[in-house]
Amino acid sequence: MQGRIWQHFLNILLLSGLAACQSFLPDLPEENELLDGPEEGLSTEEQGIFLAGDIAFNDEIFTPATGLGPIFVASSCASCHVGDGKGHPTNALTRFSQTASNEIVNRLLDKGGPQLQHRSIPGFTAEQIPPEANGVSKVVAPAVTGLGFLAAIPDQTILDLVVQQRDEGIVSGEVQWVDVPGYLKPEPWQITNSEAQYIGRFGKKSAAISILQQVVGAYKQDMGVTTDFDTEDPINFSLSANQIDPTIDPEIPASTVNGVVFYIRTLKRPLPRNQDEPSVIAGKSLFSQIQCSSCHLPVLKTGLSDISILSEQEFYPYTDMLLHDMGPELDDGHVDGNELSFEWRTPPLWGLGLAPDSQGGQFFLMHDGRATSIEEAILLHGGESESMKESFEALDRDKKNQIIEFLESL
Amino acid sequence: MLRFGRLAILAGALFLIVANWSYGQDVDSVANKDAIFARPFIFQGNVSKQTTTAIGGYLEGNTNYFVTNGVGDGFSMEMRRFNIFLYSSISDRIRFLSELEFEHGTEEIALETALLDFELHPSFILRAGVILPPIGYFNQNHDGPKWEFIDRPLVSTTILPATLSEIGFGFHGNVPVKTLTVTYEVYLTNGLNDNVVANEINRTSLTSGKGGALFEEDNNGSPSLSSRIGFKSRKYGELGFSYYGGVYNTFKSDGLNLDVKRGLNVLAIDVNFQVSRLRIIGETAWINADIPQSFGQQFGSEQWGFHLDLIYPLSTFNLFSLERITLNGNFRIERVDYNIDNFNETGTKIFDEVTAIVPGLSLRFSRSTLIRANYRYHWERDFFGNPASKTGGFQFGFASYF
Repeated sequence: MQGRIWQHFLNILLLSGLAACQSFLPDLPEENELLDGPEEGLSTEEQGIFLAGDIAFNDEIFTPATGLGPIFVASSCASCHVGDGKGHPTNALTRFSQTASNEIVNRLLDKGGPQLQHRSIPGFTAEQIPPEANGVSKVVAPAVTGLGFLAAIPDQTILDLVVQQRDEGIVSGEVQWVDVPGYLKPEPWQITNSEAQYIGRFGKKSAAISILQQVVGAYKQDMGVTTDFDTEDPINFSLSANQIDPTIDPEIPASTVNGVVFYIRTLKRPLPRNQDEPSVIAGKSLFSQIQCSSCHLPVLKTGLSDISILSEQEFYPYTDMLLHDMGPELDDGHVDGNELSFEWRTPPLWGLGLAPDSQGGQFFLMHDGRATSIEEAILLHGGESESMKESFEALDRDKKNQIIEFLESL
Repeated sequence: MLRFGRLAILAGALFLIVANWSYGQDVDSVANKDAIFARPFIFQGNVSKQTTTAIGGYLEGNTNYFVTNGVGDGFSMEMRRFNIFLYSSISDRIRFLSELEFEHGTEEIALETALLDFELHPSFILRAGVILPPIGYFNQNHDGPKWEFIDRPLVSTTILPATLSEIGFGFHGNVPVKTLTVTYEVYLTNGLNDNVVANEINRTSLTSGKGGALFEEDNNGSPSLSSRIGFKSRKYGELGFSYYGGVYNTFKSDGLNLDVKRGLNVLAIDVNFQVSRLRIIGETAWINADIPQSFGQQFGSEQWGFHLDLIYPLSTFNLFSLERITLNGNFRIERVDYNIDNFNETGTKIFDEVTAIVPGLSLRFSRSTLIRANYRYHWERDFFGNPASKTGGFQFGFASYF
């Protein structure tokens, strides 16, 4: 009997101790306060692949011995996509080209184009922008969350939006038709044009068809890391075509790239916050009234996907995935593909309110991070969005704030 | 805020107890410079007088339970170190000491010390071999059983590269000046290598610049200088100033110029004081390094950090047949800034900082053996200064010389 009392006493003591200890440990933030983490519903096997991709994306830092460079921009994925969120201007990519009348003349591929690698490993020299380049764009890294959903939008949906916008006459988005790299096998549902090009959907100018192309390009152009898919290092052509690092190529295998692609595809959608707040509800309504939602389309739907949680899902990215004329203010003179230099793809607005959590506590918005507040970003809109900007400017302070609060809630 | 309150109450309670129960703990009787010889197995070897050679070592292990932003990997146990010492008094004036470290089982095996001392005079002793350069207090005084905390100080291991072992030579000595003993050390060593920047940490890291190959050959043929001067009072303790510097990169090889010479400078101040029964151990260090511009702003050219440990004997008691066990209340505060600079693009501050507090208790069975428990909470802000990642956890461990 006495033994039992002692046992109960010890159990209570142990539980109290654990509870007391737990109260000294940091709490888990609310799920909608974080961008990272997998979409709900992954199988055990899929969670294992997600974890491997997570480690490669967030923990692997390349060095000269493991393939970094010889010229590069960053030494890890997470350097630019901190916490899977938007990047900081200090790690912005510099893209350059030679253009005339807003169209491409020369991509300067033999001069190090289309992207500057401004850092180098010891013994090598970093690139500089060639004098021929008259179009130079700085681009801040986008958030990578929810990209699996954007990748699973059927091409036909995007093409239908082009037609719908022409019919409505408010804005007129275009798709970017992109040449397919040899390693990429388009999905059966992807639509090709007469020149065997496919619809681009990733990157500020929709220059990449798929997440795989984006990841392979980032390993090469951002980190100077070769893969099974692309075995050539970036080279500083202004010095010598022999400026190749001594690491054996490919520097990482296809399995690592595929793991990262799976990780990005299955990162959760940014979850909205404060949706019941009256000001947020009012802001959401105003956002539509002044026709911001013409381009920042609230809802889209995925098609069939090999990952079941991505199949036929309605989601709320606030983008139409199309290129739009954004006016002279945002025209850097650079062209990535077939677009005009003042055309930019509508960026998804989901997760916008969490941008400061990965940008050092403040906003750096628009493609190059020049806007340090949401309002400043809105006022930089031009071209097709000129009338929406003017409508915003005409609102009183309270209504402007409601729109901003709504955008911060995404 | 509530958590801060709890911590403040915890810290306050600890020191109220301290104020009422105070049992003495002697200030170290040896200077930091001689800490490597202040190990029990050497004393015992000397006492027995039966042999000129002694074998000893220490063992330390602990448990970890940590949670970062609400996510943890559960409870785990860690076999930190099993180190073997070999000491030999070759003659009255020549002595040998070595330390072989097995970290995390056999994950890392390192020869930490293998040195010969030739004592021409107590104020002038030649030293050669694998030495522990005197950067701050910790590098030469790092044995687990000497410390009341389970984790080593961040400033000592991530700003300063402790434990740093290097092949080199130099001299050291003690010079009595009135009531003080002034100790000095000056050594030339092979120094650090290119991994100060070419590393997997993605920041300037002297710790990454250590390399086994440097035991065979300097990577740049340009030795590094390490030196420390200490002022020791038997009553109050010791204050030390140290400098370490030299070229770290491979700027030349096979007669070919590969880069310009890139140097680094390290300044450290350390204290080991006894104020009444309170023991205060601290170290602060500042680093300046010439970083290739092509490595970008991620790699800071300046770093800084400090730790301050407060150790107070709360009670001394007997437990069964174990006599004079001392219960210490301990508190550590530490902070490191890996990149003291502003962003070129925005003019805003670069962060990459860690701040931590570590309250704890230790039960000292003797100077050789203790068990210890720590609560650790640290705030880590990344390069951009995003909201701090918060880590908290409990550790329980043991350490003992043998």
